[in-house]
Amino acid sequence: METFVLLIQIFIAAALINNFVLHYFVGVCPFLGVSRRVDTAFGMGCAVTFVMTVASLLSWTFTYFILRPGAPLPAWVWSRISGRSDVVVDLSVLSYIMYIFVIAASVQFVEMYVRKFFPPLYKAFGVFLPLITTNCAILFACLLIMKNLQDPTALWGLGESLTMAVGGGLGFTLAITLMAGIREELAMCDVPKPLEGAGIALVVAGTLAMAFMGFTGVDKSVAEALAKALH
Amino acid sequence: MSDSDPTALERFLNGILPENPIYRQLLGMCPTLAVTGAMKPAVTMAAATAFVLVSANLIVSLIRGLLKPHLRILVFTLTIATFVTIADKALAAYLYQMSKQLGPYVPLIIVNCIIISRCEICASKQSVGVALADALGMSLGFALGLASIATVREILGSGTWFGLPVLPSGWHGWGIMVLPPGAFLTLGLLLGAAEWLGQRRAARATGKA
Repeated sequence: METFVLLIQIFIAAALINNFVLHYFVGVCPFLGVSRRVDTAFGMGCAVTFVMTVASLLSWTFTYFILRPGAPLPAWVWSRISGRSDVVVDLSVLSYIMYIFVIAASVQFVEMYVRKFFPPLYKAFGVFLPLITTNCAILFACLLIMKNLQDPTALWGLGESLTMAVGGGLGFTLAITLMAGIREELAMCDVPKPLEGAGIALVVAGTLAMAFMGFTGVDKSVAEALAKALH
Repeated sequence: MSDSDPTALERFLNGILPENPIYRQLLGMCPTLAVTGAMKPAVTMAAATAFVLVSANLIVSLIRGLLKPHLRILVFTLTIATFVTIADKALAAYLYQMSKQLGPYVPLIIVNCIIISRCEICASKQSVGVALADALGMSLGFALGLASIATVREILGSGTWFGLPVLPSGWHGWGIMVLPPGAFLTLGLLLGAAEWLGQRRAARATGKA
């Protein structure tokens, strides 16, 4: 039960309070670039959520078994080579390079899979899929997982990591869809000439970020209420 | 190399104002918004990005004859990731507090579009000297952009500049400016101001002609 409450808390925190775009500023490029129409914005959000989940699954596996200090796999290999089993092997210096590989590979695989099995979806995603490789939100999710795996007090399991990834992806979808809705309306407004385009979009994003600040503390209250209801 | 390719000086000057990565190209938005709450993290970030940009541009320019078209983006990213690892470890070793404060935004330099776009546009096509000038110009432009946003946010948000008090002690600090919404608002309004100045200059130029 406690795990369930913790997962709910992680989900709300990732989706609303620490929204990837509006709180951490990761993924601002697609947030400004692909938010002119609601349907494309929603498609981009879904693609990001999908890739983020796959990349988080892979990067959790790599971090847990290979990259974190004291990970089992390199320790086993080292003990085979040197015959000593008391050495803590720390490969975390390779993390960034590994994550970039993982993200590029998962984007590629997701693209192939979707093209083979869901052709209409592939058409809808179109150019967004390759663009996601350089989307900082995905790398950010991997880095969050790394941070929580290197800290022995918060050793995240696969469940926590995937919840965070799905929550973060849905939060991104929510933010970019809201933004697109507002920008569709803005297209008919009389915006001061110098602010047209990116300027007004950023001001709108600032207002959205202010609104999202109102969610602060919701995760703890929901967790407390849930814990009370379940006991 | 054709005659139409820009020279080193043109590349250098282009990066500072005419093609400023933040105000003109809207690249690298993530660090632009995230670390500009105060001057110190902004300057550190600009320095780290400059180190990675210069190193990556040099390496890519040196190996440009070996690049295969379909693998070049991967090579760029891996080169950048290597230098970011170096920068990250160096920051953690010598400026531990700052490295804690910048947190994940140092590794996020890997996906900073400024660096990849410079490798693609300039370093993979031109000689080492031009690539170096290009990287320096772009880094300077990026640093100026970051510093301008950080100046506004730190002075309005906490009444200080580089940690030194500049506003009278009666100023309580405009809290929202150092929080996430302030980043979006400041950048949006500064973009508008830059655009307004540009339009006015263009109007004056056509008026004279």
